[in-house]
Amino acid sequence: MFLQVLTATLTAVTFFPLLGVLVLLFVPNEREDTIRWIAIGTALITFVISLVMLGQYNAADPNMQLEVLLPWMNFGGGSTIGFHLGIDGISILLVLLTTFLIPLAMFGSWTGITERVKEYYIFFLLLEVGMIGVFLALDLFLFYVFWEFTLVPMYFLVGIWGGKQRMYAAIKFFLYTMAGSILMLLAIMWLGIHQGTFDVVELIAKGGIDPSTQRWLFLAFAAAFAIKVPMFPLHSWLPDAHVQAPTAGSVILAGVMLKLGTYGFVRFNLSMFPEASLHFAPLMATLAVIGIIYGAIVSYPQQDVKKLVAYSSVSHLGFVMLGLFALNEQGIQGAILQMVNHGISTGALFLLVGMVYERRHTRDMNEYGGLWTVMPVYGTLMLIVSLSSMGLPGLNGFVGEFTILLGAFGSEALGSNIYAIFAAAGVILAAIYMLTMFQKMFLGPVTNEKNKNLEDLNWRELVVIIPLLVLIFWIGLYPAPFFNLMGASVDQLTASLDAVTAVALR
Amino acid sequence: MFELAPLILLFPLIGLLINLIFGDRLNERFIGLFAILASTLSFVIAILQWRGLEGNHHQAMTVKIADWITSGSLYIPWEMRIDTLSVTMMLLVGGVGTLIHIYASSYMHGDPRYKRFFIYLNLFILSMFTLVTANNYLMLFVGWEGVGVCSYLLIGFWYDKGGDDGVGNARAGRKAFVVNRIGDFGFLIAMFLLWWATGSLRFDEVLHWFANHGTNDVLAIGGASLTVGGLATAVGLLMLVGVAGKSAQIPLFVWLPDAMAGPTPVSALIHAATMVTAGTYLVSRSAPVLVEHGPMALQTIAIVGALTAFMAGTVAVAQNDMKKILAYSTVSQLGFMVAAVGLGGFLAAYFHLLTHAFFKALLFLGAGSVIHAMEHGHHHVHDHHDDHGHDDGHHDDMAEGVNHDDFDPQDMRTMGGLRKRMPITFWTYMIGALALAGVFPLSGFWSKDEILLDAWTIANEGNTYAWVVYILLTLAAIFTAFYMTRQVFLVFFGEARSEAAEHAPENPPAMTGPLIALAVLSAAGGLLNFPFGHGFFSHRLEHWLHYTHAYFHAEKFSFTVALVSTACALGAIAVGWMLYGRKTVTDPHAKDVLEKPLGPLWNFLQGKWFWDELYDATIVRLFEWEAKFLAFTIDWDFWHDWLHDSFIGGIWKTLSNVLANEVDRGIVDNTFMGWGYSMRGIANGFLNRMQTGFVRNYALSLAVGVLAILAYALIAFAG
Repeated sequence: MFLQVLTATLTAVTFFPLLGVLVLLFVPNEREDTIRWIAIGTALITFVISLVMLGQYNAADPNMQLEVLLPWMNFGGGSTIGFHLGIDGISILLVLLTTFLIPLAMFGSWTGITERVKEYYIFFLLLEVGMIGVFLALDLFLFYVFWEFTLVPMYFLVGIWGGKQRMYAAIKFFLYTMAGSILMLLAIMWLGIHQGTFDVVELIAKGGIDPSTQRWLFLAFAAAFAIKVPMFPLHSWLPDAHVQAPTAGSVILAGVMLKLGTYGFVRFNLSMFPEASLHFAPLMATLAVIGIIYGAIVSYPQQDVKKLVAYSSVSHLGFVMLGLFALNEQGIQGAILQMVNHGISTGALFLLVGMVYERRHTRDMNEYGGLWTVMPVYGTLMLIVSLSSMGLPGLNGFVGEFTILLGAFGSEALGSNIYAIFAAAGVILAAIYMLTMFQKMFLGPVTNEKNKNLEDLNWRELVVIIPLLVLIFWIGLYPAPFFNLMGASVDQLTASLDAVTAVALR
Repeated sequence: MFELAPLILLFPLIGLLINLIFGDRLNERFIGLFAILASTLSFVIAILQWRGLEGNHHQAMTVKIADWITSGSLYIPWEMRIDTLSVTMMLLVGGVGTLIHIYASSYMHGDPRYKRFFIYLNLFILSMFTLVTANNYLMLFVGWEGVGVCSYLLIGFWYDKGGDDGVGNARAGRKAFVVNRIGDFGFLIAMFLLWWATGSLRFDEVLHWFANHGTNDVLAIGGASLTVGGLATAVGLLMLVGVAGKSAQIPLFVWLPDAMAGPTPVSALIHAATMVTAGTYLVSRSAPVLVEHGPMALQTIAIVGALTAFMAGTVAVAQNDMKKILAYSTVSQLGFMVAAVGLGGFLAAYFHLLTHAFFKALLFLGAGSVIHAMEHGHHHVHDHHDDHGHDDGHHDDMAEGVNHDDFDPQDMRTMGGLRKRMPITFWTYMIGALALAGVFPLSGFWSKDEILLDAWTIANEGNTYAWVVYILLTLAAIFTAFYMTRQVFLVFFGEARSEAAEHAPENPPAMTGPLIALAVLSAAGGLLNFPFGHGFFSHRLEHWLHYTHAYFHAEKFSFTVALVSTACALGAIAVGWMLYGRKTVTDPHAKDVLEKPLGPLWNFLQGKWFWDELYDATIVRLFEWEAKFLAFTIDWDFWHDWLHDSFIGGIWKTLSNVLANEVDRGIVDNTFMGWGYSMRGIANGFLNRMQTGFVRNYALSLAVGVLAILAYALIAFAG
């Protein structure tokens, strides 16, 4: 039994990086390249395991698959805590995104991280364990353990390898997310005690929490998730953390960690508290739309390119939240796809910004100008990624945004198309700040002497970016496989939400 | 035959990929060749589609390429529609596109970004074909934004040149994209409405749905209820927003004049002949919906088009930049087309779209030929060496504002007398100008007449708005003839007013060849829909487009309307000749003859009605201010620094200090000492102190949290 659990695909994909950590502990600190290869190799094998998982996954089945269940401990009052992992259409893309981005981010840190290399890669692998665990955990207690665990490695990644104000940013990041989590912990305890189980699948099946209690529980979970996303107006930690984090830290922070929050909303709030979700949908959608527009406007005048990308995340995640709380098929599917898209596009943006930062050691856009002439390949890649980020049709971002907006426009739960109309205005604003960024950095004549002899991207940098570029085009032109993966599970979720909506509107 | 249709997209894709991957190793000749070949092959496919339709009783065909977006009930494939309307556009894009590729291969000779130029040009052709072959609104939108990106890239092609310290061209590109995005916003919302109402974005399914519903039927979308008529009107008005962006209508036309910062072949292809007509195409596609259910939207469209035609026509009168006149002329002529679709004159709009593509592409390429020659003349004089190729610097002068030696090759005041030096350019330009002016029997006469005829007919049915449209369009036509006369006299007649003009040479055949081809089309284009008799050309376009839908319909030719417009055109030409043709001006700094008599009105026209200044002073300024206020004052100073760091942070610090120093020193601290010491090894002093301090706080908060939970659990169990 125990062995079965240990060799199950999902256990393997979650904990394989620990094996790498174990090996790294025995490698001498000075052998930096060996350390790098072991870490990246581990991450790549984890990616392969996740592909095996994809192979075993049946997209037509809406339920949890490849489950691993091991009784863990008994909590007083008969509630059991189990080691329960499982995957469905809601989580599979996010797991794949994580295992895909981690090796790229690690590879991208090859030249950027030269101090305390071993600790760096150990923390990175630990982070991967935590994040995959969050996406796979089906027991609230286990989920909470993974959830909190992700904070620790990220805290150190920012605090040790970050910029000038790294400690400030790291502490703020930690405290801010902790604050929300405490409320969620209370709600988890309540659920465990009153429903007699911490098992998410059982909790969803059981239902029957009266609507007014649901609202409190919804808010407690939402507190943790909304800070993580971050939803307006809880975004204040984000610019600090992003700006101070090392490149790969920003990539993972934006690419995966923000999705822990949006994922939490789908997995827990929408699934466990459908009545409350319906009740709060207009509120959540309002905050989401404010976030879209606010984030986009605030991005525009930034001088620091990393800060610009950070604020743009507030805007993009607003689209995801709007889609989720449209509570219909298009909204939720678009939102899940957009989580992936944001991971790819913003991940690529941070990687690209990091590449020029390594050359010039400044993030101030006024220091640049005319880079396209000096670094033509770099400029072209940045242009494509920027266009993807601003939702150009034919590239990935558009498919997600369009589906979300379409869903929100006709959402019965929201009851008004005003949300989608305002959100669509965010598409205009995205063009303004992205093109302004591109213009400031890449167009115009080369005025700064320091930029005149910059080298274009090397093979290692291209290796990091090109896989992301392939996905940008793939999802933009042929997203059908991605929709197929999530389709059945989202249908099941929306069917239950529709039932609730129908009752409420009667 | 029809299964070959996807190749029309594949060829330009292959062309651009070849140049992208191997371009660095190829010389100019091969880069140009591959690009031209790609465009030509697409044109051949377009011809095959045409022949296919002829052999197929003009039955519309659909060719599915692949699935695209499939989310629940939302199903949108990559699918092409081959019908007479889309094939018309394919032939236009392929034909004119190929001619302009050929021209550009010579025009761009010597530019360091030659490869990039042809990659963009093929990408444009690809996007434009996507736009016109789409079988659903969303795929059309892909092309719609795709051509927008190409336009952005090509306007800013010389992105390190232009005014404002060399970012002028880049700014013009950004402006074009952003303004178009405002239009796209309308288009997007229109699509949302259509999908939620009809459950599809396929053209035929949408039209079918509307055909089966009465104007007063009620439906609900997302909790709101509206009638089919209201829906169609909303869709029409939202499409108008999109059209105003892409086809440069009031109030979003402001990007098009600035777009002239791009190389001249781009102006001809994208900003005159093809992309900017996409608005007309979109409305024509949706014609049955709007005519049957949303007449109010159409009337609005007609008024907007007519106002645009008039406004831009007046502006063109007072410009001195050769390309800028053509730019405003294009805005004005697009106004004619948009007014025509608004009047329900879809055939007239299409007829004018085609003839305008011929003569405006011709005029732009002619202007390019003149500019090119002026630059050569300028270099010939100033560099004292005969450079057959361009040197890299010559494009500095192309954009306004940055002239190393104050030479602007587009300024008509420095031209004059070019008729003798550049005979082919001159004669072809004359044909284009007369066609644009609407002089019998050139193409513009027939197509413009058909638009005026539609307005006239509807006006005589007792519709006041159509009178407004008719009068505005007639005035616009008068201005058109006038400003073209002024331009032709200033550029080609009289004496050379600069040394550059004295030494301007005629251009090579790769440039003059396309001019001649387009001149033939501009002259004979009226035959496309010859309004008399029963011959091969008679009502040809009408019969052909009729197969797509019945709203492609022309009124019976009216001699009254034709005589009035001819009289107007000839009168305007005569006035133009009196003012600019009779007396030879030799001083390039002389004031325009109209400057004095018109006074402030002249300044108003020369200032382009001050639209840009208006927008800068209001919307742009407000946005800049608001963005800075939100970003720096609200988000940073207040929300980030004050509320979070000072206020909440302060409370936290005070509280934790009290707790840490008074309550738990010695208890929790000891537990975490191990952590603290191990950290010391890898951290500097500052870091160390911060971290141990932090860990203490963390531990403390965890402890407090656990206590709270335990307490809660106890209470819960007790209760």
